[in-house]
Amino acid sequence: MTQPSKLPLLTVNNLSKLYAPGKGCQNINLDLYAGEVLGIVGESGSGKSTLLSSLSARLAPDSGQLIYRESEDNTLDIYQLSESQRRHLLRSQWGVVHQHAADGLRMGVSAGANIGERLMAVGERNYSEIRAKGLRWMEDVELDISRIDDKPSTYSGGMQQRLQIARNLVTHPRLIFMDEPTGGLDVSVQARLLDLLRNLVTELNLAVVIVTHDLAVARLLAQRLVVMRHGEIVESGLTDQVLDDPQHPYTQLLVSSVLTP
Amino acid sequence: MSANNIRQGYNFAYLDEQSKRMIRRALLKAVAIPGFQVPFGGREMPMPYGWGTGGMQLTAAVIGETDTLKVIDQGADDTTNAVSIRAFFKDLTGVKTTERTTEASLIQTRHRIPEFALQEDQILIYQVPIPEPLRFIEPSETETQKMHALQDYGVMHVKLYEDIAHFGEIATTYAYPVLVNDRYIMDPSPIPKFDNPKMHQMPALQLFGAGREKRIYAVPPYTDVKSLDFEDHPFAVQQWQESCVICQSDSSFLDEVVIDDKGTRSFICSDTDFCRSRVELQAENSLETL
Repeated sequence: MTQPSKLPLLTVNNLSKLYAPGKGCQNINLDLYAGEVLGIVGESGSGKSTLLSSLSARLAPDSGQLIYRESEDNTLDIYQLSESQRRHLLRSQWGVVHQHAADGLRMGVSAGANIGERLMAVGERNYSEIRAKGLRWMEDVELDISRIDDKPSTYSGGMQQRLQIARNLVTHPRLIFMDEPTGGLDVSVQARLLDLLRNLVTELNLAVVIVTHDLAVARLLAQRLVVMRHGEIVESGLTDQVLDDPQHPYTQLLVSSVLTP
Repeated sequence: MSANNIRQGYNFAYLDEQSKRMIRRALLKAVAIPGFQVPFGGREMPMPYGWGTGGMQLTAAVIGETDTLKVIDQGADDTTNAVSIRAFFKDLTGVKTTERTTEASLIQTRHRIPEFALQEDQILIYQVPIPEPLRFIEPSETETQKMHALQDYGVMHVKLYEDIAHFGEIATTYAYPVLVNDRYIMDPSPIPKFDNPKMHQMPALQLFGAGREKRIYAVPPYTDVKSLDFEDHPFAVQQWQESCVICQSDSSFLDEVVIDDKGTRSFICSDTDFCRSRVELQAENSLETL
């Protein structure tokens, strides 16, 4: 085992992406370390999803830098890379879990093919191995392996989300971006998915950036939290600290707005 | 009709010279980048899309007075489509036509590559319905173009994976995707995968024309053409237990034909020229032995 790096995996310097003044995100500075889960919370329209798209190399920012540490002594400036390098990174070392499974899955092909696609994209050409890995990941995300040849359109919402996670994890990425992964799921399914995510994150030492408007999800998964408003980060810190002792008036409002049953 | 049997009132080979030049420019680019789909300003031809307008435009652009033209449809020289296209070019150019693969300098084809090996002085022109091999999984044209540019071809194997998962083998039997010159994935038009190996290092020039989609692509002579597969499910061509009932060939592509109303079937060569040549040869040999 190598020592865990003291250097950040992902560094964001003064990143801005504005559609109009105040719309989008601006002056974002962040560090993300290996094995860390960072939550991004804020109200609708606060720029969370824009920030996530920019961080996950899918939306070029207007200004600022995104630095990814590929190995101990090699860093990549993501938006200076060629598009083909960026795509390769996205399907090997990174992963994106979308809020709507239809955005992240190929609904027209079987679950096994969905899991195998990334493997084939990075050059795996042995059918039996692709199949075996597909089955193993189905098990790991608690999907019924007898349904490997079924299309995801026949899956329930929770199963589709788990399939999406399996599809991303199959190439052993180091960094995963999630946009409201539990949105639209009922609470019991949500709880199982969160449990699964928490286990996978610990087991695989994943770094995760998770966007959510659900503070309970953030509390359960994220070690660190940033709070966004009008496109800017208004508060950041350890999750428990931010949620239990909010400093910024907006965070205080957010925390006090949570309904408890 | 004039004395030399060329229909009057039309330019040589129907298309005007400017259109031919435009197509030739696209062809030059296509040959320079093997497997790359070059857009061209497809012209209206006096027949519907889907009947081979792409192939005909290419033929019109490259045909010259000294050429000998052969047209095949599903391997046969005597089907409606083949006969009509052959008659069309004979009418409008006066060139010699033939049914013999070995005598032709220009062969326009739909769905087959002739059984006889083609030579350096021959050109094979394919009629193509859907030129984009990525279309089945990616409906967006901008996205498929980007995928070609970045060689982002992982999805091609997804289709083959699906075949094996559902049928136990690669069940794609025609329009089987190929990698050309180690760079571009290409749809070889709906030829049976039986013909795919013939494209590899073929001495003849291969041109592909899609009239409706307005795309031209090409495989220059002696170019690598590799059929996609998996290590543990390698590419394999169709095989038959039977042989041709006319010429007894056991190495050619066979068509299954129902011959009565009781469901009796027999198998015949799909390449009619190949079949007839073998019958002629057998007749000669049996005469010699008499």
